[in-house]
Amino acid sequence: MKNLRLSMKGRRAVSGYLFIMPFIIGFVVFMAAPLIMSLQMSFSEVIVSKNGFIFNSYFGLSDGQTLGGIYAAGGFSAVFKAIPDLLGLDNYVHALTVDPTFNQLLIEEITKIATHTIAILVVAFVIALLLNQEFKGRAFVRAIFFLPVILSSGVLVNLETDNTLMQGMQELISEQTPFTVTDSMMEILRLTGLGGDLLDIVFELIAEVYDIVMGAGIQIVVFLSGLQNVPASLYEAADVEGCTKWEAFWMITFPMVSPLLIVNIIYTIIDFFTKMGGDLTDLLDEKLLNFRYDHMSAMSWIYFLVTLAMIGICALIISKVVATDE
Amino acid sequence: MSKKIIEHARPSESFWVRNRKSGGYLLKKTIGNKAYKFIRFLLLFGLCFMIVQPLLSKISVSFMTELDLYDSTIISIPRHLTVENYTTAALPALLNYGKSLTNTLVISLCVSLLQVASATLVGYGFARFNFPLKKFWFFAVILTVVIPPQTISTALHLTFSHFNPLGIVGMFNGGEEISLLSSKFYISLFGLTHVPLPYFLMSATCMGLKNGLYIYMIRQFFAGVPQSLEEAAYVDGCSTFKTFWKVILPDAVPILVSCFLFAFVWQWTDTFYTKMFIRDTSLPMLSMKLSGIAEALSKYLESIRGTGNVATMGHKQQFVSTGTLMVIAPLLLLYLFAQKGFVESISSTGLK
Repeated sequence: MKNLRLSMKGRRAVSGYLFIMPFIIGFVVFMAAPLIMSLQMSFSEVIVSKNGFIFNSYFGLSDGQTLGGIYAAGGFSAVFKAIPDLLGLDNYVHALTVDPTFNQLLIEEITKIATHTIAILVVAFVIALLLNQEFKGRAFVRAIFFLPVILSSGVLVNLETDNTLMQGMQELISEQTPFTVTDSMMEILRLTGLGGDLLDIVFELIAEVYDIVMGAGIQIVVFLSGLQNVPASLYEAADVEGCTKWEAFWMITFPMVSPLLIVNIIYTIIDFFTKMGGDLTDLLDEKLLNFRYDHMSAMSWIYFLVTLAMIGICALIISKVVATDE
Repeated sequence: MSKKIIEHARPSESFWVRNRKSGGYLLKKTIGNKAYKFIRFLLLFGLCFMIVQPLLSKISVSFMTELDLYDSTIISIPRHLTVENYTTAALPALLNYGKSLTNTLVISLCVSLLQVASATLVGYGFARFNFPLKKFWFFAVILTVVIPPQTISTALHLTFSHFNPLGIVGMFNGGEEISLLSSKFYISLFGLTHVPLPYFLMSATCMGLKNGLYIYMIRQFFAGVPQSLEEAAYVDGCSTFKTFWKVILPDAVPILVSCFLFAFVWQWTDTFYTKMFIRDTSLPMLSMKLSGIAEALSKYLESIRGTGNVATMGHKQQFVSTGTLMVIAPLLLLYLFAQKGFVESISSTGLK
């Protein structure tokens, strides 16, 4: 009988599995299975018919039996037909070369993410620095900067982006006023020949300052918590040694907070990618409405892989640059 | 140089005397400081105004009559103050406010409570136990955060409409899968509303909205709790689960509260799962009703004024503003009282 009893280590392992059991069940049933199914769709031709879905699989299977077997067990009534003479990557090729808009939207999205992430991080860091100083009404200002986390979620984002009345009003205002301050500033800077492309990017960012601040709520709080965890004695010691504030910033503040950069970058990218209501998600929704599940799956897989690649690259670069004490 | 050092400035002396003694340094420093404070004030004020301005403009528009919208002399202060927009927007034809508020409230409460409960168990499991494949499962948690929901939306929908995980359901149902999305599987709660079963299934198994994030936050918190606390409990003969329940959990309340607040707010405004799970129009939800409020207004006006009376763009936008305010009002109220809970969690876990 004694042999049946588990060791301490074994019992801990069993308890651990019991604790994470909800996640395992959920992951297998509601994440892994749909994920495989969507991958399957992206490699097939999906035809919606009265009897359900027909998957014309591009895999070189004899009669689609193997794949059909998975779904019969997974509770999915679909008819599989194998088309051996077609390539499995057909939907991907279609997404990248045939579809007129996907390519363009994807590239737009990527550049937008790159500029936005950098802008959000810089803005969040500067705001966190300001909010870490002592001044009257600090609690109130902090509360306002966190408000976007509530205001820019779910259905509210979509409503804000297609606020046509606001756009109409903006156009009206710009028609009535012959020139605005920003426009004339832009003109002057362009005429003097300063900058060029770089300046255009800066102007674009200024125009989108609202989006940037609205997307920076969590990041500000994360940076702020990092700033508050820097021991004050470090600054005192630096001050005694004759360190200027500027030097103290680069020698103490920045290295101490930089580990949080990685968290914030990853959070920003994920937040951007998973947020509904971009042009790309509109395209995906349109595919969904036209029952092109195969095209949609292929596109969203490309999208997903691009996200992963971007996060990976960022994490790699940052972990090389940033000082970590671990 | 040495002369200046001897002339010590006293706090009792006037500013200008002290300035002369310092050789003009005090004046420069003071002006610099004041200028910095002024610029900081301008920057913060501007940014705060930018965040709050859309809310303010919505509030002002929501109290205007339709006539005020077209009057170009009126910019932000309504001439004919009215609450008619609110009463109209609350009508069953538009937001159906009373009913959808209860539905949204109950569903958001249930979902976020379940989410936090399951995330707590899983987070504790990851923070304290060593088991085979732990790294793999934690990678899976991260994966659930990273995957854009659109990628699996179709397949997830099919999973629920043909529900038969691993053939288990089929065994009881004569080989047939069942559609969990039908209203047969709505669970009645307190006689207030019906909650679709998939909501419970998803949130109890950590697959709800941003659930991976909560697991991560809670795990970070538990990882920071000293291990000696549990060891002491084990030595005293406390079982694993009892230790978790009696020793660990009471300390974790603040982080659990803030996870709950996040889950509640995000569930409140969610359209992704709501669109997927609720097909039945007898179960109005605020987020869905709000996204369709412009069309609903047109239909409503047609029904009371006769055909051809479509709502103008401005009128529609006015109702979008009013509806948005009505939807977020409870959230703003919550934020007002629980602001600390929202912000401090992120600070306390460090999110590293």
